Amino acid sequence: MVDLSVDLLGMRLENPTVLASGILGVTKGSLKFCARHGAGAVVIKSITREPRKGHPPPIVCASGGGLLNAVGYSNPGYRHAMAEYEDLADVGVPVIGSFVAETAEEYAFLAEHFANHLEFDAVEIPLSCPHTPGYGELAGHSGTDITYEIVSALKASLRAPLIVKLSANLQDIGPVAKAAEDAGADAITAVNTLGPGTCFEAATGRRVLGFGFGGISGPPLKPVALKAVYDTFQAVTIPIIGTGGVSTGQDAVEMIMAGATAVGVGTAVVPRGVEVFRKICEEMKDLLAARGCSSLAEIRGKAHEKQLVQDLV
Amino acid sequence: MKSSSYKTSFDYEDLTVRSTAITRIVEEARGIRSFGFRGSLDAQPGQFVMLWLPEAGARPFSIYKDDGEEFVLTIARVGPFTEQLFDCRVGDRLGYFGPFGKPFDLRGTHLALVGGGYGSAPLSFLARNATAQGVTSELVIGARNKSLLLYSDEPAIAGVMKHYCTDDGSYGYRGLVTERLHELLRDDPSIDMVYTAGPELMMKEVVAVCDEFGIDGQVSLERYMKCGFGICGSCCVDPNGLRMCVEGPCIDNEVAKGISEFGVYHRDAAGIRHPFVTA
Repeated sequence: MVDLSVDLLGMRLENPTVLASGILGVTKGSLKFCARHGAGAVVIKSITREPRKGHPPPIVCASGGGLLNAVGYSNPGYRHAMAEYEDLADVGVPVIGSFVAETAEEYAFLAEHFANHLEFDAVEIPLSCPHTPGYGELAGHSGTDITYEIVSALKASLRAPLIVKLSANLQDIGPVAKAAEDAGADAITAVNTLGPGTCFEAATGRRVLGFGFGGISGPPLKPVALKAVYDTFQAVTIPIIGTGGVSTGQDAVEMIMAGATAVGVGTAVVPRGVEVFRKICEEMKDLLAARGCSSLAEIRGKAHEKQLVQDLV
Repeated sequence: MKSSSYKTSFDYEDLTVRSTAITRIVEEARGIRSFGFRGSLDAQPGQFVMLWLPEAGARPFSIYKDDGEEFVLTIARVGPFTEQLFDCRVGDRLGYFGPFGKPFDLRGTHLALVGGGYGSAPLSFLARNATAQGVTSELVIGARNKSLLLYSDEPAIAGVMKHYCTDDGSYGYRGLVTERLHELLRDDPSIDMVYTAGPELMMKEVVAVCDEFGIDGQVSLERYMKCGFGICGSCCVDPNGLRMCVEGPCIDNEVAKGISEFGVYHRDAAGIRHPFVTA
């Protein structure tokens, strides 16, 4: 009997799959929908101070065997979101809040006026969106010093445990993850979408996405995410949610071997349906059983042990 | 009656923009045109397609016809996207994604199809498919007045009895489609399935009429759709989070009655709720 349950920041997850922020997760109903289909925990789509319509459609298209997206933080703003995310207990699994801001002060504002008033089991902040002006990478929020500054400001005001979602574009993610940990972050999500990239309509040569370019997710992101998780595990002692290109149980097992405690799942909803959470769990159980393992703790960080042996040779 | 099949997951290749060209443009009513496009979507009644225009972006449209060589969409001029589309001419090229969504599930032996406004498009598609499968239908199409009525000069479809309704009596039956439906169900006990598409408050009333007669039915529940294939969440309904682009838009009356926002409110691009206003 294989037990997939994990403990993450005081949350008890029945399985390690976490609905990644930005995929569905825009209403309490959509969180319940993903929980019903087997997600171990869910992250809401990031909330901003004011309502945002987001980038013009198309906001998602396929390219290079994965997706490009430029949603642009469409959300109803924190005042409407307060009503949307009342009484979270009936979602049925742990709910991780998410908000995004343009400055450290605004992050602290949203902690005090939004997240602290709701029953989020943890809160994730994305310092890493690659395609929305004013936020994340396009605001220069993915570096070491600014990460320390924003996390410090938030830790002084936020009640719930804090998860920091880092960029896929960092050549060396370790120092940024360490800065987040030093400033008090409770966990790291590695990583956000990569890029941005673009794609063109064949006949006209015009860019398909309404915003012109967007973040890369799905299978093309997986090797990048896997290395980011591996490097983050070397740099910090806080837990990691490994996110990026996880589509199968094998992908999830690799993430956990690289050091992840839980795995984010998002884009894989497209090729495998919303049932993907349950499918990944069934596949993980089979893989673990075949290895004679009964829990995820037995494989967590396994990739690093191997590396140590090789380093000695 | 065979049950419809449709996709609830997509290969990434399915989501690349495909190119087509306009084959014809028909003036249907004031500010409403049907556009024919080269090629087939292999679509079923009730599904929708995302049209893509350079610079204007993409919008979802319900499908009126798809005969294997040409597909036709009936479109109202309502905003920047459709304004750019109305400037297009026969031969102009544009892109599309899809088809997407859960189609109508054709069941029953004698159908009532109740459409208001653009809801008439998928129901007309459904009526032709029903005929092809030997199923007869009563097609009830309504509009405020004759100038807004769709397909009133469309040639007769075998096996389909048409009932045009206008609020002001300027064409056909004077009154609401739901009043005409009530009469049909009262007078014709052979009707065993009701399909509806159009304004939400009209559909809510259609469901109530079905309940009064104990007849099964389906509604086409439209919500703000951004991606079209079940990943962005903008069309998720309360309280169960069903995605109207994948688990809908065509849903059983029983499912619709379990959706607390049906006929009550919908969400905009930002996700803010807006109540439906009674006329």
